[in-house]
Amino acid sequence: MSTFSIPIGPQHPALKEPESFTLTVDGEDVVGAKVRIGYAHKGIEKLMESKTYIQNIPLVERICGICNVAHTVCYTQNVEYLYEKSIPRRAEYIRVIIEELNRIHSHLLWLGIVGHEVGFDTLFMYVWRDREVVMDLIELLTGNRVSTAMNTVGGVRRDITPDKMTPLRKGMSILEERTKYYRKIALDEPTVLARAKGVGVLTPIEAIKLSAVGPTLRASGIKADVRMDDPYAAHDEVPFNVITYDSCDVFGRIIVRIDETLESIGMVQYCLDNMPSGPIRVRLTNTPPVGESVSRVEAPRGEDIHYVRSNGTERPARYKVRAPTLGNLPAVLEMLTSKGDYTIRIADIPVVVAGIDPCMCCMDRSIRFIDPSKEKEWVWSWNQLKKYAARR
Amino acid sequence: MAMIREVYRHLFKKRATVLYPFKEREKIHLPTDFRGKLAFYRERCIGCSLCFRVCPSETIEMTTDENGKRPIFYLDRCTFCAQCEEICPVDAIEMTTDFEFVGFNRKETLLK
Repeated sequence: MSTFSIPIGPQHPALKEPESFTLTVDGEDVVGAKVRIGYAHKGIEKLMESKTYIQNIPLVERICGICNVAHTVCYTQNVEYLYEKSIPRRAEYIRVIIEELNRIHSHLLWLGIVGHEVGFDTLFMYVWRDREVVMDLIELLTGNRVSTAMNTVGGVRRDITPDKMTPLRKGMSILEERTKYYRKIALDEPTVLARAKGVGVLTPIEAIKLSAVGPTLRASGIKADVRMDDPYAAHDEVPFNVITYDSCDVFGRIIVRIDETLESIGMVQYCLDNMPSGPIRVRLTNTPPVGESVSRVEAPRGEDIHYVRSNGTERPARYKVRAPTLGNLPAVLEMLTSKGDYTIRIADIPVVVAGIDPCMCCMDRSIRFIDPSKEKEWVWSWNQLKKYAARR
Repeated sequence: MAMIREVYRHLFKKRATVLYPFKEREKIHLPTDFRGKLAFYRERCIGCSLCFRVCPSETIEMTTDENGKRPIFYLDRCTFCAQCEEICPVDAIEMTTDFEFVGFNRKETLLK
């Protein structure tokens, strides 16, 4: 049996972002996959060390354009943990509203992309047209369609006034109706079923072993969601269901994301009805105390982890971001490997890669180690890192 | 096939696309607190430099004139985060709803 290795990327029509996959193929079947990351390294973490905490908020927002609210919520609450201060309850509710609007927009965007990848461009066009409803609502609340600039250290920057609630409620009911329609389409449409069922299988055992996150993990039937497991902001009060699906394939990921959109719409409606009144912001000093903290947020793509270390000045001493796509990459390599009864074809690659909702540019932070005392630097693979961690 | 009825229904609907740059400019509705191009009221400024301290993208540079310290804005670097507008104690900075500004050289995007 002879096999070929085909490189895909870093520049390739099937990938929107610079990333390199090396796939070993036997005929049409993919038998092995490797990924090389680091083509979109932006140097954000280093840049953050040279800016003050308040200057860093717009920078954190630009780690990822699509899930920008998740990153700013994570950053601001991380800094608030350093101060050991809690923010007003109304601000926490507004954070949840903005975060869920962001999730709705992200999931609808992804649904359109999957429609495009399976060759069903009609779905793509209609979903993206309806996504404009939520984009307009985000613009109404925050002043910009994508970059919300809503969160700040100590609360949120803009209040949701009663005159903004009416269009918000109306928009939510339009979106609810449309999303239910798309759920029906996904369940009935043979194009989607033929291209998504049984493709990109990730068993629950593998999902846990490879530390998959977010909808990828939940589509493998594992009930894990940071909003439920470790509630932040107002998530301890706002009721919602953790959506899981046990088909473990791309079809399951479609259903999980559509149902999560419906849950998010319900959460926004609950927040609008039950939002307490009061201030939206507390003023904090420029210099947080010395310390370090970690915060976790459920971004649309999965668990987002930020770490900060403060040395008592107005600039962070170290900041680390783990974007959700990095957690999902080992899982996508597993999905791209034929094993036993499960075969994956070359034609399925785009839909499998798109199935984790990849956002390579927010993830690219190379694991490069530098030892200044020995003037040595080296790059470690995941395995070497795991071996090293086991030895310690 | 499940979508075929929806597709037929849309044959008789108006188009969703706004023919923006050339026609239908009036169809673009901007919310009142849209974050657009900065406006700066030099006579209100007291020279406290707070805007300079919060700007994330080095848009603002402090210069000195006969009244003391005053900011100038390199708008080509602005990210429209509106942190300067928010922190200004005398409302000398305002975000307008003007979103169409480009210049052929950097002098045109300099705001004093």
